[in-house]
Amino acid sequence: MKKLLIALLFAPLVCWAEEGGYRLDHAPIDPNDQVSLQAGARTFVNYCMGCHSANFMRYNRLTDLGLTEQEIKDNLIFTGEKVGETMKIAMPPKEGKAWFGVAPPDLSVEARARGADWLYTYLRSFYRDPKTTTGWNNLVFPNVGMPHVLWTLQGEKGLKVVKTPEEGGHERVEYELTEISKGSQNTVGYDTTVRDLVNFLVYVGEPAATSRERIGIVVLFVLLILFALTYALKKEYWKDVK
Amino acid sequence: MASRLMSLWQWVDSRMPTLGQEYRKHLTEYYAPKNFNFWYFFGSLALLVLVMQIVSGIFLTMNYKPDAALAFGSVEYIMRDVPGGWIIRYIHSTGASAFFVVVYLHMFRAMLYGSHRQPRELVWIFGVLIYLCLMAEAFMGYLLPWGQMSYWGAQVIVNLFGTIPFVGPDLALWIRGDYVISDATLNRFFAFHVIAVPLVLLGLVVFHLLALHDVGSNNPDGIEIKKKKDANGKPLDGIPFHPYYTVKDIVGAVVFLAIFAVVMFFIPNMGGYFLEANNFIPANSLQTPAHIAPLWYFTPFYSMLRAVPPLFNSQFPGVMVMGLAVLILFALPWLDRSPVKSIRYRGPIYKGALVLFIASFAVLAYLGTVPTNIWGQFGDWLGGIERATIIARVGTILYFAFFLLMPWYSRIDKTKPVPERVTK
Repeated sequence: MKKLLIALLFAPLVCWAEEGGYRLDHAPIDPNDQVSLQAGARTFVNYCMGCHSANFMRYNRLTDLGLTEQEIKDNLIFTGEKVGETMKIAMPPKEGKAWFGVAPPDLSVEARARGADWLYTYLRSFYRDPKTTTGWNNLVFPNVGMPHVLWTLQGEKGLKVVKTPEEGGHERVEYELTEISKGSQNTVGYDTTVRDLVNFLVYVGEPAATSRERIGIVVLFVLLILFALTYALKKEYWKDVK
Repeated sequence: MASRLMSLWQWVDSRMPTLGQEYRKHLTEYYAPKNFNFWYFFGSLALLVLVMQIVSGIFLTMNYKPDAALAFGSVEYIMRDVPGGWIIRYIHSTGASAFFVVVYLHMFRAMLYGSHRQPRELVWIFGVLIYLCLMAEAFMGYLLPWGQMSYWGAQVIVNLFGTIPFVGPDLALWIRGDYVISDATLNRFFAFHVIAVPLVLLGLVVFHLLALHDVGSNNPDGIEIKKKKDANGKPLDGIPFHPYYTVKDIVGAVVFLAIFAVVMFFIPNMGGYFLEANNFIPANSLQTPAHIAPLWYFTPFYSMLRAVPPLFNSQFPGVMVMGLAVLILFALPWLDRSPVKSIRYRGPIYKGALVLFIASFAVLAYLGTVPTNIWGQFGDWLGGIERATIIARVGTILYFAFFLLMPWYSRIDKTKPVPERVTK
């Protein structure tokens, strides 16, 4: 009876909030893999920062990734900004809106809004579509304003719609991406590039995340000791309660 | 050293005897029943969370900017550039949900052991007022990060006031200070969240405790320990709150803080229940999110709102039902007509009713977090209505039936004899 009540009270917490839509691939990211994070940072400044800022992220915070400030200046800052500044871009949002239909969003906390799996699948799901203004479309984000910026790496894909009839007059529709042209990376290489980029975006979303978990373990350890002490104290006092 | 402190205390005591009197009245000579169980931790835990929220809140205001253009960025500034800022912010965001967890369990305890019954009706009323304040506090605080969910959640809730006949639209305008949620709204919600509501909340907590200490605590047996006193006039089954329950509650606090730390340090988003993903997108008045859901602690009432069909194109009936669902709590002490207080001596009817009530509350809470089409639709024979909507309607009816039928079912329920003294 008691257990049932407790189970019922917490039941809604067990079912995580989820969103539907295109089936997402699992992003194999690792926040402790500094090589991957550095590679992601390089892709981010080279490809994404043409249009996207990370206004809340400071360049010198990237020392978290095992880089020195000099290395950050030499390899990741192209615009003569100071290393203590945030990752701003020159493109005014108003013009971005005129060019793409929507101003390219700031990516500081994009990973926290979309989730790693969404980003990982999205960046691998672009295909050629002559009906759109950019000539690109996306399976995860249909009619997105963003063209496939990484296409020289992945190559061009086309969309193939496979319809298989099912019982009861229904049709099962599946989407497949077919190769139109090769890019400079093969499938494994491109997946790794995107994995590293998503890893970096997740890091940028919450730079304190790894130290958060480290501190959390210490806090729990201290609380465990505190529990032993306070429990012994309680036992001692309550000896005389009959 | 000890004698120095003693003489200092005597110096104070001779000038201000109130301090010592109140200390004895509320701690060392406040006799609490000795048989408190697990459910009795949540009162002191609620006080602990209140203190944590106030302290972390003070530190947050040092760097937060209540300005529509700066608010979102200032929260990220706290998360990144303020030393220890992320700890303060996660304490506050986890604390908000923890407050409701603790308060819901605290209220459930009252329903288990009849703690709201005569002579503790005022304690309960102050408690429900605290709960109302907490809802206002949570709602207005949630606007401050100025994300999409902050913005559209506030838009939806303020529009509820707009459904009130005749005065509604003007009332909503007056609350917002603008035609949409805007900088003006953010500023006034900030003022309410950081000073007005906390002041009221603190006052109510003081009254809640004073009212409790006048009548004495209830216990899992639901019997009055003051009826059996020893030669010195102390209750036979009572023990001084300090040191016995202070040392016990400290253990409870440590266990609570450990669970709190697990959430705060390892799963601060709690799968989207404590921090919603959409709230990491800055507020945009031109783009309505596809699915607007309030945070989990409001979802049972949100479900009721959606479940009630509109009347003459007005959502007002749903708003009324939602409001009544909270206000009906005030009547609980008078709805319960059972001769016994504690669930230990109640019959199967009340036990069944309580299980149904908790189940409907939990199902409504879950349904409020998801779109109404989550479980598909019924066939044409029911007009293709969504299954989840029907379940939410059943849940709403069960929720109200628990209260409205209580005067009858609590009276006819078969009860067991209540012992003279508290049991283990």
